[in-house]
Amino acid sequence: MSPLISVKNLAVRQGKRELLHDINFDLVPGEAVSLIGPNGAGKTTLIRAMIGVIKPTTGSIQRRAGLRLGYTPQKLHLEQLMPMRVDRFLALSGEKACTKRDAMLDRCDALRLNNTRMTDLSGGELQRVLLARAMIRKPDLLILDEPTQGLDQSGEARFYALLNEIRAESGVSVFMVSHDLHVVMAESDRVICLNTHICCSGAPEQVSEDPSYHELFGARAGLAIYQHHHSHSEDCNHD
Amino acid sequence: MIDAFLLRALIAGVIIALAAAPLGCLVVWRRMAYFGDATGHAALLGVALAMSFSMPLMVGVIIIAAAMALTVTFATQRGNYAMDTVLGVFSHSALAIGLVAAALLPNVRLNLIDTLLGNLLTVSPNDVIMIAIGAAIIFAILFVFWRSLLNATLSAELLVAEGGSLLRDRLIFTLTLALFVALSMKLVGVLLITAMLILPAAAAAPLARSPERMVAIAAAIGVASVIGGLWLSWEADTQAGPSIVVVATLFFVVLNALPRR
Repeated sequence: MSPLISVKNLAVRQGKRELLHDINFDLVPGEAVSLIGPNGAGKTTLIRAMIGVIKPTTGSIQRRAGLRLGYTPQKLHLEQLMPMRVDRFLALSGEKACTKRDAMLDRCDALRLNNTRMTDLSGGELQRVLLARAMIRKPDLLILDEPTQGLDQSGEARFYALLNEIRAESGVSVFMVSHDLHVVMAESDRVICLNTHICCSGAPEQVSEDPSYHELFGARAGLAIYQHHHSHSEDCNHD
Repeated sequence: MIDAFLLRALIAGVIIALAAAPLGCLVVWRRMAYFGDATGHAALLGVALAMSFSMPLMVGVIIIAAAMALTVTFATQRGNYAMDTVLGVFSHSALAIGLVAAALLPNVRLNLIDTLLGNLLTVSPNDVIMIAIGAAIIFAILFVFWRSLLNATLSAELLVAEGGSLLRDRLIFTLTLALFVALSMKLVGVLLITAMLILPAAAAAPLARSPERMVAIAAAIGVASVIGGLWLSWEADTQAGPSIVVVATLFFVVLNALPRR
């Protein structure tokens, strides 16, 4: 199958700093790929380049013709003075039919938030609304930038469960930046480990045995593998 | 009978207040008050240069204000200084350069107080027509691109991911703002153009349930401020710009003091 997005020899420089270099990977339809890496590894830069907000310094990012992109930002620049309710926010995607917007909100467990001000949403509610907005465009590829940052354990679990259901129903491909190593290892088809370049990538089992992965994440890496193999309950999650 | 001078100023002022509403809301939502200041202050240099080269004032102001707005937009993206500092530097240096240029350039004879603070007597019949045309252009552009402007306000990444253009957004925002500065300069004065944008929008915010409702309420408050302010200016012989802004400030204070629903 032809890839949805093909990243070739990508490098991004800002002034003298090299934010990314030698990035090569393809995303194929139906795949769930997670991007992990320490702070400052260039995860957000890579996402911004894939979306098209910043141009590659060298290399290229090719999209399959007619690719529909869904995207959930890490956060919105919501000024308190901007009166914006959830339904209106969804309508800003261009979806004019109110029934379709409601159906998608319902699918994302957010229908009761319909008339809530965006500034009043909790972190978990905001992520479900952002997911509804991304999915309403019927995307081929969903790009999620740290969707569970700031969520508590149960909010995180709830979000990933929802994401799994939506993936199963729509067959959308997912490319996700994540800090939650245990979830990444459990839920992804493929993991890309980034630290300005791709340190290692492959199936979760493969990556979890890669020395560079352990170098990057140290003790947390072991914990994540432990989580993965025994699918332990909440009491093991310290991060 | 209402005097022809006052009538012209009223018509011009009402049109300006209507154009200020959507732009002012965008400025408030994007936290770009200082940006409005920099663009507004650049108008002074525009006036001085236009006089010196005997060009129409509005043309000079549009060119300089647009140049300033674009420069600031790209300068703030470079990220060497905090946004706040860059905007402060541009805003105040634009004012200072304009004042010095007005003193140094040949053939410049301008009434500094009127240029800085506005004078309703300076609005000519021709100005009213220009203001109406300019405002119509602002409305048309903002109307066509409204959804995309709101999306860009919420998240640049979201706008681009959904197929929008960030460059187009920046151009639309900066150029309509420059046009607005040129339209409102004579009546409101260079110093208080940002106030004309921000105050009605900020006053409207507690009452609004949607972005469009906020624009409509800001327009109503702006129009009422213009009418009240010009009446004050006419009766008490105060400068037009500050008079309008004083009335708008009253609206802001009263509407914020009301109990929230």
